[in-house]
Amino acid sequence: MPIAEKDVRWVSPTKLSLMDRLYLPSIFSGLGTTMKHAFSKKVTQQFPEERPQLPQHYRGVHRLNRDEEGRVKCVACYMCSTACPARCIDIVAAPSPWKDREKYPEIFVIDELRCIYCGMCEQACPCDAIELTTLFDLTGLSREEMMFDKEKLLSVFDQTVKDGTDPVRTTSGKLSVASEPKV
Amino acid sequence: MDFIYANWPVLLTILVVFGALQGTCGFLVYVERKVCAYMQDRIGPNRVGPFGLLQVLADGLKFLLKEDIIPSHVDKVLFILAPCIAITTAMLAFAVVPFGAAEMPPQAPLPLNALASPQEADAYKSAMATYTSQMTTYQGNYQFMIAKNVDIGILFIFAVSSLAVYGIILGGWSANSKYSILGGLRSSAQIISYEIPLGLSILGIVMLTGSLNLEWIIGRQAETGVWNFAYQPLAFIIFMTASFAECNRLPFDLPECEQELVGGYHTEYNAMKLALFFIGEYCHMITTSFLMVILFFGGWHLPYLVTPESGWLIKLIVFAGKVTFFILFYMAIRWTLPRFRFDQLMALAWKVLIPLALINLVAVMVVMHLKLSPWLLLPVSLIALVGAGTMTAAEPEYRKPSPTTTV
Repeated sequence: MPIAEKDVRWVSPTKLSLMDRLYLPSIFSGLGTTMKHAFSKKVTQQFPEERPQLPQHYRGVHRLNRDEEGRVKCVACYMCSTACPARCIDIVAAPSPWKDREKYPEIFVIDELRCIYCGMCEQACPCDAIELTTLFDLTGLSREEMMFDKEKLLSVFDQTVKDGTDPVRTTSGKLSVASEPKV
Repeated sequence: MDFIYANWPVLLTILVVFGALQGTCGFLVYVERKVCAYMQDRIGPNRVGPFGLLQVLADGLKFLLKEDIIPSHVDKVLFILAPCIAITTAMLAFAVVPFGAAEMPPQAPLPLNALASPQEADAYKSAMATYTSQMTTYQGNYQFMIAKNVDIGILFIFAVSSLAVYGIILGGWSANSKYSILGGLRSSAQIISYEIPLGLSILGIVMLTGSLNLEWIIGRQAETGVWNFAYQPLAFIIFMTASFAECNRLPFDLPECEQELVGGYHTEYNAMKLALFFIGEYCHMITTSFLMVILFFGGWHLPYLVTPESGWLIKLIVFAGKVTFFILFYMAIRWTLPRFRFDQLMALAWKVLIPLALINLVAVMVVMHLKLSPWLLLPVSLIALVGAGTMTAAEPEYRKPSPTTTV
């Protein structure tokens, strides 16, 4: 179908002034711009030596939080694995050996290769047990290596606490309702 | 053996220049990347060696060790010949370029007329004797160039470097690919067009100097202490623009524009053959930078600081400094200006540069004929430049095409 005449808008190039017509002033002003940049501060970040300062709400590798006594905070409620759109969280619950909650995760595995780092697990978590950290340069030599189990996720917690890179979402403090001691 | 013994300074110069030129070409790739990075607020290559200086070696090694692929659909002989032509012509052009202190060769006296009087014959004889003795001293002294005392100097450079277009067009044609042939065609059209303003712009200098010999052109500027740029800035601008186009550098790099032509004439090339094209291109850049310095900026001469009596080392340094400036200028322009459209490119050559070069040439002729001061050329240059701008401003505006009946 041809374009209707009313839809066609004819544009003509803007009229150049004498200075523009001479080319040279414009070229020199352009050179001025590039020269200014040549001596200005560089934005390059030399990655392996210089680490980027990521915002504290960055969504990187997961961690499993510990409570005050150093136990895993998770109560194995399956909320995270239900919320997960990538189906990458695998939990096996077991009766809790501690008095303050019914269940605890016997096995807690996150497939970091399947994960899409959407952060819905930490939104779903009723007791702030799972969180995404600012660790981003995750590498491994095999797929098996990238299946992070409970110990590994707890060690990520220890590491981030040590580095002082706690995510800003952490409300920390007490365990939530789901883990209230039985009356 | 006798030949080597008799000519060892020349042979050594050839070896050194050949090596230095190739090395510089490799190094210029690094410099280009650095300049580009700095202008874009980046740092550029800095991983291989201190400040990334060994990047040159790494790149060279990569080019040498890569598998040399010749596509099955190419014309094999021409395909291999093209990069050889590109680099040979670029290297050959450097033969007559003085790259350091080179004195003016003595001029032979005019040949004797058959009807000359005995006095004239005597004068001729004594002039000839002085010339011979001067020539012996000149031949004995080392000159910083490969082929010294070439009377057609600049003509030789233009003749040889125009042959470079064969490398490009053969490369494009033999590759048997539409991108390559388009690149080759564009290149040949462009180079042939820009040869004309290039040649016309230097004619003024040649007339003013009275010689095509490059040592003479430098020597004359050093003698008078005034660089040709002061007399003919317009000729310099034309020469520079045309040599940018000759080197296929931005803003005139249409033969190899990556966006439309996937690299243009060297689309099908890889490994060392591609590297040869690049070395040829950078050689061209070095040669034209040398020419700009020699023709318009007095070669090794610096007013009051470096005179013909100065030592060879300081002359070499000053010369290299000026050439470096122009090479960096090439690069700065590359990362500043966008590419011309092809019709704009042709319009610039035929409608602007050639008429301006002719005006400049006529002005030089008039000044020489009437024996006026060459300083008159300076206002003429400026008037011609501004006049050209005013005239293009009077161009008819772009009009809406009349409606056509074709659907």
